[in-house]
Amino acid sequence: MSFYSIEEILQECKKRDLTFAQVVIESDMQEREVSMEDSLKKMKQMWEAMVSASNSYEKALRSNSGLVGGDGGKMEEYLQSQKTICGTFVSKVIAQALQMGESNACMKRIVAAPTAGACGVLPAVLIPYAKEYQVSEEEVLHALFVAAGIGQVIASRAFIAGAAGGCQAEVGSASAMAAGALVSLKGGDATQIAHACAMALKAVLGLVCDPVAGLVEVPCVKRNVMGAVNALSVADMVLAGIKSKIPADEVIDAMREVGEKMDVSLRETAKGGLATTPSALQFTDQIHNSIK
Amino acid sequence: MNLFDILGPIMVGPSSSHTAGAVRIGNVGMKLLGDVPKKASIYLHGSFADTGKGHGTDLAIIAGLLGMEPDDMRIPHSMEIAKEKGLEFSFFEKQIREAHPNTAYLQLEHANGKRLDLQACSLGGGRILINEIDGLRANFHGDKPTLIVRNEDKPGHVAFVTTTLANAGINVATLVLNRSKRGADAVIVIETDMDIPTDVINRMEKGSGIHKVTYLNLQK
Repeated sequence: MSFYSIEEILQECKKRDLTFAQVVIESDMQEREVSMEDSLKKMKQMWEAMVSASNSYEKALRSNSGLVGGDGGKMEEYLQSQKTICGTFVSKVIAQALQMGESNACMKRIVAAPTAGACGVLPAVLIPYAKEYQVSEEEVLHALFVAAGIGQVIASRAFIAGAAGGCQAEVGSASAMAAGALVSLKGGDATQIAHACAMALKAVLGLVCDPVAGLVEVPCVKRNVMGAVNALSVADMVLAGIKSKIPADEVIDAMREVGEKMDVSLRETAKGGLATTPSALQFTDQIHNSIK
Repeated sequence: MNLFDILGPIMVGPSSSHTAGAVRIGNVGMKLLGDVPKKASIYLHGSFADTGKGHGTDLAIIAGLLGMEPDDMRIPHSMEIAKEKGLEFSFFEKQIREAHPNTAYLQLEHANGKRLDLQACSLGGGRILINEIDGLRANFHGDKPTLIVRNEDKPGHVAFVTTTLANAGINVATLVLNRSKRGADAVIVIETDMDIPTDVINRMEKGSGIHKVTYLNLQK
């Protein structure tokens, strides 16, 4: 069975003395009628696909529209050649998020998490973390289950698609998932994971989906960076003992309310926001003339 | 909701609705036809028509018609592969009344002359809904084993079809009945919990008043 609230997961953890990840793994076993081994194996496939997507980034590649590509390479060169403002680790996260978002726009193989448009957020924090610190594969898989569990609750309580609830539903959900995953990797408990979900989502409430020419490129690729960096700061705040005053489920409900109130022009239709700025309209014309 | 619909699918970008879902629509068309079509006329509606080109929706549908899955790295090159495999295709824009913004209408032709018309839409996250088959309302997702039976609109056919399944020990998950008008052709769409063996389908095809039985199991 799948969960309708973060609170249900917390109750289950408490009642049966299980971790957040263990509860989510069990629900997958029940839902798909598979063994624990199969459940972990399937998540391992997702992780391997993320790593292989990361390794196959090509900085020379450009999207069909020509709007994105190459920025992940620039960030990588910059962080290797000098001291960055964010420091090496955060700069690597930024580079990874850009690279994954660009690979997606260039029709390479990625893992939707929870959507293709937000596919850069989770790998952007997990891949550099796994490289930097000695974490076992099991710990990474458990962190991914935490992320998936959070995403599932958001999807059933609210939405995860930009067309339904704006970018807050897409990159916002991905950011909440990534924050929870990081807290899990750092050994945080279920309650802390819930705070991470709440705080990450709170930070992006109201974010609209206004893609230039309706394509998953501008501003989507760079918003993946924002989602990833937001997850880092939230995870550190939670591990410092900082709590969300509003519980996760209430934040998710607020996200839903905000999404429902959001005008349709700001929900992936490319009829408002950045998509209708003079520059965006000019790009849109050029793209239509060249590839339509 | 399946956990791996949230963390996943593994897919070729850039969009789960405009790319992954579009591959699945093409794939269902190919499976329902029984083979890679010889000819395909593809009509795109709404957002599929407006932003499809930039999302590779056209490449994705062709890839699906060639039997590819959403994670196939050959999707960006599907048009060249179609030429090699002798699949002739053309794209059109079309306004379809009351259709979901991400809708495609496929007219497919088999090398043996068999034809299939299919209307389907992409719901997001790679999930799809088959709206119509050969002009009759169908409404199924294709995520479960699905049986589509076209029959005369006369008493007893529904009972025959469900009895045939029951005798084989197959549980019906959902069942939808439709017809264009009284006494015309009807369509029965049945989703089941388990795979339907070929001999059961063969038995069904031989029933009187049964015009066409199509079986779809995307897990297979």
